[in-house]
Amino acid sequence: MKTNIFPAIRLTLFCALFFSGIYTVAILGIAKFTPNNGKGQIITQNGKTYYSNIGQSFTQDKYFNSRPSAVNYNAAGSAGSNKGPSNPTYLAEVQARIDTFMVHNPGINKADIPSDLVTASGSGLDPNISVEGAKVQIKRIAKVRNISEEKLLELVDKQTEKPLFGLMGTSKINVLKLNLALENNK
Amino acid sequence: MNTEILGIIFMYVLVVALAIPLGRYIGKIFNDENTWLDSIFNPLDNAFYKIGGIDSQQQMTWKQHLMALLTINGLWFLICMFVLTNMSWLPLNPDGNPSMTGDLAFNTSVSFITNTNLQDYSGESGMSYLGQLVLMLWQFISAGCGIAIAAVVFMAMKEKTSETLGNFYRFFVRSCTRILLPLAFVTAIFYVFNGVPMTMEGKDTMISMQGDSVQVSRGPVAGFLAIKQLGTNGGGFFGANSAHPFENPSYATNMVETISIMLIPIAMIFALGYILKRKRLAYIIFGVMTLGFLLLLVPTVISEINGNHAIEKMGITQNMGSMEGKEVRFGSAASAYWAINTTCTSNGSVNAMHDSLTPLSGMFAMLGMMINSFYGGVGVGFLNFYIFMILAVFISSLMVGRTPEFLGKKVEAKEMKIAMIIALLHPFLILVSTSLSSYIFTNNPTEYAGWLANPGNHGFSEMLYQFTSSSANNGSGFEGLGDNTPFWNISTGIVMLMGRYLPIIGPVAIAGILARKKFIPESAGTLKTDTSTFGLMIFAVIALVAALSFFPALTLGPIAEYFSLK
Repeated sequence: MKTNIFPAIRLTLFCALFFSGIYTVAILGIAKFTPNNGKGQIITQNGKTYYSNIGQSFTQDKYFNSRPSAVNYNAAGSAGSNKGPSNPTYLAEVQARIDTFMVHNPGINKADIPSDLVTASGSGLDPNISVEGAKVQIKRIAKVRNISEEKLLELVDKQTEKPLFGLMGTSKINVLKLNLALENNK
Repeated sequence: MNTEILGIIFMYVLVVALAIPLGRYIGKIFNDENTWLDSIFNPLDNAFYKIGGIDSQQQMTWKQHLMALLTINGLWFLICMFVLTNMSWLPLNPDGNPSMTGDLAFNTSVSFITNTNLQDYSGESGMSYLGQLVLMLWQFISAGCGIAIAAVVFMAMKEKTSETLGNFYRFFVRSCTRILLPLAFVTAIFYVFNGVPMTMEGKDTMISMQGDSVQVSRGPVAGFLAIKQLGTNGGGFFGANSAHPFENPSYATNMVETISIMLIPIAMIFALGYILKRKRLAYIIFGVMTLGFLLLLVPTVISEINGNHAIEKMGITQNMGSMEGKEVRFGSAASAYWAINTTCTSNGSVNAMHDSLTPLSGMFAMLGMMINSFYGGVGVGFLNFYIFMILAVFISSLMVGRTPEFLGKKVEAKEMKIAMIIALLHPFLILVSTSLSSYIFTNNPTEYAGWLANPGNHGFSEMLYQFTSSSANNGSGFEGLGDNTPFWNISTGIVMLMGRYLPIIGPVAIAGILARKKFIPESAGTLKTDTSTFGLMIFAVIALVAALSFFPALTLGPIAEYFSLK
């Protein structure tokens, strides 16, 4: 015990200096060379700044809506719903989201609603929706904004982010970027 | 074949392709051979030895190794308790977060020094930046401890009779500086250039497009994230762990993070082959682990892609699979792949909420932790597998009527007793503590209503998962469990301590005792351990000892839930 305690203390202190200190400072220094100095990627339009990776709550009919969030897009308290797949309260909640969506989007087939629009994301801050999730909202937005559906479809296609190298992962839409493009379109 | 499946195949191929050369490099490090990084690391290591007051050439017996490990871990616990209970007034706390209560600090300190990273707090509101940097220190050095102790067992498995097995501090420092540090440094740089924040500034306020004022938590995430993924730690900077868009901004970062989970655990197997000069044995071990991994992985991916049956009944198409608790940028396949990676290796980070996985996926995630040796945690994963190998040697030797021998050393009663105790410890810890908590809950469901976020079988799964994760030193959770209460903080803390140190002490003791014995050269009568027959034997032992002991508990949880959804 005694033979180990002093080396343990001295070694731990040096490890703290090295890994908590020097390593951190080195990465902080390198982060200065990234866009926005390592403070998170931002996007600016009309003098307003947003974090492009942090999802926002879009609930109004004139915007493409984002996914449900268990924490209402609180970016200082991320969390998922943690509801199990068989939980009756949870399933009732999903049913209610479907009904609300049908009210806001008349003329849409229920089978066309993709699951990501009626389920809460893992972080509560998901910046994306699926491509189908954007397309299913076009009819409503065309009506509210008085823009042709073809034009909106074009916009959605332009904002579609393809899988990595076209090969891996999902196709998706960044809701914030799509809505910014929509605002610019006026 | 769709792009989501292609993504996970690519991730697996890449991790194995990287692990093979890394394994050779790790082997060289513990064999004290020259590597091309020596010019940087020799002076650095010497600084560690000099300032630590360590004679890195001093040889230690297996008992001395364990004493060194336990002493330094005890010290880390005390330091961590002090920092966590005093964060509020200590520096680097821009968000003004509070100090922890005693029971939460106990749980968190144990959790991080044991390489578990179970979190009963949320990073955004429950941890200062100083706290995060101290936790990051344990993420480096607790992982370094695990690798070092595996190196001790590797040394003991060599073909010679030896009382001493190298120097613990030397293995420890070399693991931290030569393995973890360069990998963490390179991946951290990748993360900062791909949208992961690295700043000491506190929360920012942003006005959303709809006009709401939103607080955005930030911090020194990239450095933390890198070692969290590599050291099978898994404790998230933010509450949502790697589902958070700042902790995992894109599919590309997700790939690097996923590959980081299994990289060192797989490389350790090839390092063993290099050190013992038994490549075939390494391939057999790798084969058994891979078989088990795939058996857990494939049904999980299928289950998540097929989605939740109850939602399908509502008339919704689930082209993307089950999306509750998942992020669109990863999709269900990559989330399922991560879930099995993280549970098989005792990492415990998540990119999707495990509580919302479909029932069978939740079960396979739990099984990964119950077996805990399909690749396993850095270093300690191999120690768990070592126990199963000893058992398999014993059983198969008895079947053919020979004296049990493993790598030229006779396995006798004492070693077998230790191996059996360690093999049964894990089911014992999980099942006893789960039944205890179930008993408390069912006796007073109104008082403990805050414990469970979901009713019925799934609620039972939440408790079972929590103790499984603690005992396996994993750290992921069915996070619906209201776990920041004295009962959960203390009970899981004790389980984590026993689940960490006993499975280290046992295998090191066995290996140390075997190393002292006379080496018996291989003859016609030797049971060959590097054949696929023996591989199957190990697999059978794992299936019998580990998997089957949990079958009744799994029936009450995920299996019953699965049938309720049909």
